[in-house]
Amino acid sequence: MSTLTVTTPSDREIAMSRTFDAPRQLVWDAHTKPELVKKWLVGPPGWSMPVCKIDLRVGGSYRYEWRNDKDGSTMAMGGVYREIKAPERIVSTEKFDDPWYEGEAVDTLVLTERGGKTTLTTTVLYASQATRDAVLKSGMTSGVEQSYDRLGDLLTSPRR
Amino acid sequence: MQSTARLDAIFAALADPTRRAILARLASGQASVNELAQPFDMSQPAVSKHLKVLERAGLISGGRDRQRRPRKLEPRPLAEATKWLERYRRRWEGNYRRLDALLEELKSKERQ
Repeated sequence: MSTLTVTTPSDREIAMSRTFDAPRQLVWDAHTKPELVKKWLVGPPGWSMPVCKIDLRVGGSYRYEWRNDKDGSTMAMGGVYREIKAPERIVSTEKFDDPWYEGEAVDTLVLTERGGKTTLTTTVLYASQATRDAVLKSGMTSGVEQSYDRLGDLLTSPRR
Repeated sequence: MQSTARLDAIFAALADPTRRAILARLASGQASVNELAQPFDMSQPAVSKHLKVLERAGLISGGRDRQRRPRKLEPRPLAEATKWLERYRRRWEGNYRRLDALLEELKSKERQ
């Protein structure tokens, strides 16, 4: 299994990189077709993604909504596509409904294929260094973070 | 230094490629300002400026030898910063593992 690496390429960015054992077109579809996005971008256990709207064109918008099926709490974010180059690059803005960081961030997704495997790099550019650092440090005390940690522990146990 | 202020200083220090290269060099052993300046084709004052930033973040310290003042890596603050990156990483890893499974499903559908 491939490992996910997280780096801070500049003082306002967080970048993540990971390789998937699939051709680029499939990874692209999994990021741009709502019925597929809903299957994996669901967050911690107990959460689902009831709303995923994608208008994949420059100037078009997207909207993601998550729901905690136990207590009914929700979380939502969305943004606008600035650049689309299928099946290799998407630049979009992101903003949460209930913002937990200041301003709007800009996401850049880059997919490169080599020998049938696809490397995904996603870079998020925040409004300021303070915001970027706050995002890195976020969740330390929140229940969401704890759930993610539990999920991490669960998933690190041997597969199948 | 307060822990958040210290983390800010660490991430700021790590954001610069020259400073990361200096840390990588120090990871293999102590070095003087002169020795550090050579591979980067930089003036001594320029290197000293970078060293000051790294020192303030607690990532390096000056050695005992007053003549050469060799700098050495301080592993603990670096480990602290890595811990934050690791938390962030784990938050995403769950989603990406599900994506792995979905991609397997899509691949087998394509083969049919």
